[in-house]
Amino acid sequence: MKFAVIQFPGSNCDQDCLRAINSLPGLRAEYVWHKENSLSGFDAVVLPGGFAYGDYLRCGAIARFSPIMSEVVRAANDGRLVLGTCNGFQVLCEAGLLPGALVRNRALRFVCEMTRLRVEVEDSAFTRGCARGSILRLPIAHGEGCYFADQKTLRELNGNNQVILRYCDETGAATPESNPNGSVENIAGICNRAGNVFGLMPHPDRAFDGRLGSCDGAKIFLSMAETITAGERRVAA
Amino acid sequence: MRAKVIVTPKAAVLDPQGAAVRDAIRQLGMRDVKSVRIGKYLEIELSADGGETKIRLEQLCRDLLSNPVIEDYQLITE
Repeated sequence: MKFAVIQFPGSNCDQDCLRAINSLPGLRAEYVWHKENSLSGFDAVVLPGGFAYGDYLRCGAIARFSPIMSEVVRAANDGRLVLGTCNGFQVLCEAGLLPGALVRNRALRFVCEMTRLRVEVEDSAFTRGCARGSILRLPIAHGEGCYFADQKTLRELNGNNQVILRYCDETGAATPESNPNGSVENIAGICNRAGNVFGLMPHPDRAFDGRLGSCDGAKIFLSMAETITAGERRVAA
Repeated sequence: MRAKVIVTPKAAVLDPQGAAVRDAIRQLGMRDVKSVRIGKYLEIELSADGGETKIRLEQLCRDLLSNPVIEDYQLITE
């Protein structure tokens, strides 16, 4: 099963993503440079964290016009699984594949810490095997991860079970204290209406081995693999 | 043609930078400052002119220079 890890100029978690995916049984990841214009042969696409194009103008604003992005949009529309972590989430929002936007952290500080995340949707393509209400531990590292969406969009996200992860405390409560960046309704990760595009500010790629402090990130990649194996999402064209 | 683009955060979007600057201004003694919003200002020089260029600039403002989810823009051409 082949995952594409897109490399933009300024991506800096591309190696983390590649290593995380390649460490898991049956999964293989390869880099795809942003100037490429084909994703054929890949079962899933990962947009890694970093600072694509230096975050100039807005995070992800310039990256969304990279040549590979039209293929990412096509893959998403074809039903292939697309995952965006951190800067990758920002790129997916800018590209219009996910609703809302990521703005400057409320406290204006870059936050780099372990977070707890409550799983809101257990049968999503990205959280299979994680019970609703269970808690994942994944690290964050961002300055612009405050999720914003207007009230209408929030109603749609909640109504369609598109909010996959919320920041929470050790009891699973989504409190203001457990919200590291001021995201509206503690939202940490959302998917599109069709359920095959998922963006999250936390880094599953930095939590795939006990030595990193958590293995919970592996669950996301393995869930994607299970979804593809189950044939619920179109495999490589 | 020269174009100036002013991008500002939408009213519904929190602007913590603006709030921090507002507080700093108040601390400096200007107590009657009500709010500060921080945006971006771009100057664009073009070798083209005319209505079509203006239409393309408008499109550029929507597609690249601002994000309509969180920002408003104002395009001034001269």
